[in-house]
Amino acid sequence: MAQLRIGLAQMNPVLGEVQRNLQLHLDLISKAREQDVQLLCFPELSLTGYTLRDLVPDVAITAHESDPAMAELLAASQDMDLLFGFVEQDDRYRYFISAAYLSKGQIVHVHRKVYLPTYGMFEEGRYWAAGHRLCAFDTQFCRMGILICEDFWHMSSAYALWEDGADVLLLVSASPGRGLSPEAMLGSSRSVELMNQMYATFLTDFVVHCNRVGFEDGLNFWGGSTIFGPDGKLVAQAPYFEESLLVTVLDLNALRRVRVQLPLLRDERLTLVYGELRRILRSMSGRQQE
Amino acid sequence: MDVASKLMCNTDVTRRVLVGFVRRELQRFGFRRAVLNLSGGVDSSLSCFLAAEAMGADNVLSLLLPYRTSTADSAEHAAQVVKITGVHSKTLDITPMVDPYFEQHPQISDVRRGNVMARMRMIVLYDHSVAWNGLPIGTSNKTELLLGYGTLFGDMASAINPLGDLYKTQVRQMARAMGVPEAIIQKPPSADLWVGQTDEGELGFTYAEVDKLLYLLVDERYSPREAVAAGFDAEFVATVMRRVQAYQFKRMQPIVAKVSRRDVGHDFLYPRDWGT
Repeated sequence: MAQLRIGLAQMNPVLGEVQRNLQLHLDLISKAREQDVQLLCFPELSLTGYTLRDLVPDVAITAHESDPAMAELLAASQDMDLLFGFVEQDDRYRYFISAAYLSKGQIVHVHRKVYLPTYGMFEEGRYWAAGHRLCAFDTQFCRMGILICEDFWHMSSAYALWEDGADVLLLVSASPGRGLSPEAMLGSSRSVELMNQMYATFLTDFVVHCNRVGFEDGLNFWGGSTIFGPDGKLVAQAPYFEESLLVTVLDLNALRRVRVQLPLLRDERLTLVYGELRRILRSMSGRQQE
Repeated sequence: MDVASKLMCNTDVTRRVLVGFVRRELQRFGFRRAVLNLSGGVDSSLSCFLAAEAMGADNVLSLLLPYRTSTADSAEHAAQVVKITGVHSKTLDITPMVDPYFEQHPQISDVRRGNVMARMRMIVLYDHSVAWNGLPIGTSNKTELLLGYGTLFGDMASAINPLGDLYKTQVRQMARAMGVPEAIIQKPPSADLWVGQTDEGELGFTYAEVDKLLYLLVDERYSPREAVAAGFDAEFVATVMRRVQAYQFKRMQPIVAKVSRRDVGHDFLYPRDWGT
């Protein structure tokens, strides 16, 4: 399939209210359906809000069709693929910041946030378990990969998904806005946009970033969701700070055109990188034993 | 490093965040109205402008609460802000509220008198919060919060504070961008609690200077030694560090003595905006 009509639901979830957020999701899915969207993305923790703290266990669901909220979203995914964020409880009562890709009533893939920021204003390590897989997955359109917020501040995450075959990176976040300067954007917005453009350019991938908006406990979420093409150019951007449903078409044929001109993927030497990483790991463990 | 330029903020972006913050935080708790104490200084003037833009002038009540020694300038400047923003206003002289207390304590110091007045104004503010059905908007800026230059449970009391992450220098910049009269922005900042009081006279340094130092220490995580190496006077750096440390308690809720497995404050940790 050469074209993908994608929607980014730049929304503002209600903090700690799964049922109300589920309804928000269903409403946005209806709106997206009117625009013939084929894949609709929601931001990080779209089903719960972000600043949950002790609410984490109370708002958790399982990544299983037996969960009522999951069942409703699975039903809604019959004719439109969905990516949404939720608090995942595993069968041993660990809680993850997860994002699930649903298609035709099936859970295609669940990504658990790997990097939990626990510094400055962030306290994720206190409340959450860390995921430990970075896997790409096949969709009906092409192979994709999911990263959640802090995950994509580590460039190795995007690299791993790329090498695992992802042609579209789906980045979701609840990114708190901060950093005043004379520039007409917040420092956090500038950094994330630069990173996403960098990934698109270096990986010759589509890089889709769905961020949320709204305020929680004094934090502002800045929106500004973007899609960069494999040539590193901006395809579309949602407004800063405002709720929005951004719908645009990804011309997946651009992957071929760009990679013919710029065969970075062809020339990438994974074995070399692997060998060097092994050498570095060996020397690190040698140093630690000294 | 040109620290002054680092303190410059894009006023459009800042305005958007702060107005959105006021509007959303009030709405999420079911309020359409705001109330604030308007002294005629730059901080409360900016809060008034932000509240008026966020909620609509008709939904904002500003309280002008002079004491008999308050300067005529304060009242005049507050009146100008009321006129420009179009907010509701009410003037209540706090003299008959606090003087009976002062008469019973003839030896009371200026600082104690100032604290009593600040807390009386808080009582009036919170009482009108109920009468007006609006949340109290704060007026303390980041410089004051860091230096502990405010009265606990007095002018530091509010439901939400849009200015708390803006240094005084940035408050002035924002005030100018939003149309606060220049006379208010340029006059020497004063709590106006006694005759001749000025912030900078009491603190012993200017806001322009201390904002640059605080920016390096707090935002850029300079060590005090690095701040001295960057050109700040060692004694000035030490004085400011002492103040920041000494007044940490003013920036926190009263601490609870922990005895149970789960207590309010240490490990009963819910977001304030829970369920909104």
